[in-house]
Amino acid sequence: MRLTLNIWRQKSPVDKGRMVPYTLDNVSEHMSFLEMLDVLNEQLITKGEEPIAFDHDCREGICGSCGFVINGVAHGPRRGTTVCQLHMRSFNDNDELFLEPWRAAAFPVLKDLIVNRSSFDRIIGAGGYISAPTGSAPDGNAILVPKPESDMAMSAAGCIGCGACVAACPNASAALFTSAKIAHLGLLPQGQPERHSRALHMVAQAHEEGFGNCTNIGECEAVCPKGIQLENIARMNRDFLTGAVLYRDPQAEAGAG
Amino acid sequence: MTSPASPIARTLRFYEAPIGKKAVMALSGLVLVAFVLGHMLGNLQLYLPPGPDGKHALDAYAEALQHNAPLLWGARAVLTLSVLAHILSALQLAQLKIAARPIPYVRHTPIASTYASRTMYWSGPIVLAFLIYHLLHFTTGQAHPNFQPLQVRANVINGFSVWYVSLFYIAAMAMLSTHLYHGVWSMFQSLGLAHPAYTPKLKLGAKAFAVLIAAGNISMPLAVLTGLVK
Repeated sequence: MRLTLNIWRQKSPVDKGRMVPYTLDNVSEHMSFLEMLDVLNEQLITKGEEPIAFDHDCREGICGSCGFVINGVAHGPRRGTTVCQLHMRSFNDNDELFLEPWRAAAFPVLKDLIVNRSSFDRIIGAGGYISAPTGSAPDGNAILVPKPESDMAMSAAGCIGCGACVAACPNASAALFTSAKIAHLGLLPQGQPERHSRALHMVAQAHEEGFGNCTNIGECEAVCPKGIQLENIARMNRDFLTGAVLYRDPQAEAGAG
Repeated sequence: MTSPASPIARTLRFYEAPIGKKAVMALSGLVLVAFVLGHMLGNLQLYLPPGPDGKHALDAYAEALQHNAPLLWGARAVLTLSVLAHILSALQLAQLKIAARPIPYVRHTPIASTYASRTMYWSGPIVLAFLIYHLLHFTTGQAHPNFQPLQVRANVINGFSVWYVSLFYIAAMAMLSTHLYHGVWSMFQSLGLAHPAYTPKLKLGAKAFAVLIAAGNISMPLAVLTGLVK
């Protein structure tokens, strides 16, 4: 098939950037979207042009590296699919496609379709962990986890941190990502001690990074390649609001040594 | 230095986060939703027949409210505060939204959100403009051609007899309904209340509520225009 591709080209973080049109012939429907871009890049390199930069790693939909916006939809038209797992059979001959990087103040463009997602790492650093003694693994079933909670935590843990939720959100909010981490840890017994401080710190960090607020419209849930649900955002709101209202200063009287 | 647990620090920390602002928006919205329902039910007395003393139910209701100063001014104070809190949080959240995506998409295709949810920043200000007009029209009377204090029924009928006034009311109620269509459910989500067993029913209930408010309120100008209420 033959495609017209309008791709965002930006040399560096300070370059202004613009859409550049390309045409690509003989695209096989069996190619993945990234393989199609590989073919285009081969042609660009042969012509002595700069290839299109895009993030990718595992190419099996589990690492969270890849992702850009295709015709206004993060990760393209197929639901529950990262762009590396999207195949050209999802498109038609003579389609015109617009490829743009995730757009958010907190995701500055590094080059072409690659954005800097370090802000996500800093949100995790602010509280997306549990404090636990390391060493040998605990005995199986030594800590009981009810099945429904385990199911919900596992679903939330499915988040690969690709950033599609931010890209699709009209407010560029990181609510779905942040809430997935908060729910994943906050649902499990090991996550309880830091449950409220985690929500307070991670939410504050997301705000600090310049992500917008959630308006509950659900675009994030629709583009999420891992099916992370909006219910997690309600859980995050609940943990944050409870944490903010019930906050206490640490007291030195007991156990001050 | 104020302690991080002091009431001021607590309130600031709460409100500084977008989630705190959304909670303020949700709680003030809840007050306004309750008012919108009560206001509509009160006004639907337009359809009731006059009592044995010949007084119309709507006029008697208005008089009862006017003569209960603590209730009237208490309600007005709570409503004004709610409207201000709703607007302040909306403005601050809008600012965040604008700052969060400085470069727009060339193509942006919504795939899951409703029209109502995407246009909250439009339906809100339109409803506010309507609110100001509505107060000048039926409460203080400056925007009413033939305003008689406490003659609510007559004022309503005279007011709605002008077709373009009625049309504006109908359009504004459609906007309010759109706002509620998303807002009533969104309120619960913002406060952290979601559950797979209840959320779908809640969403349906919120939509039904929005339609009910629109139907009840729009029926009144229509009834006057068609001559059903004279």
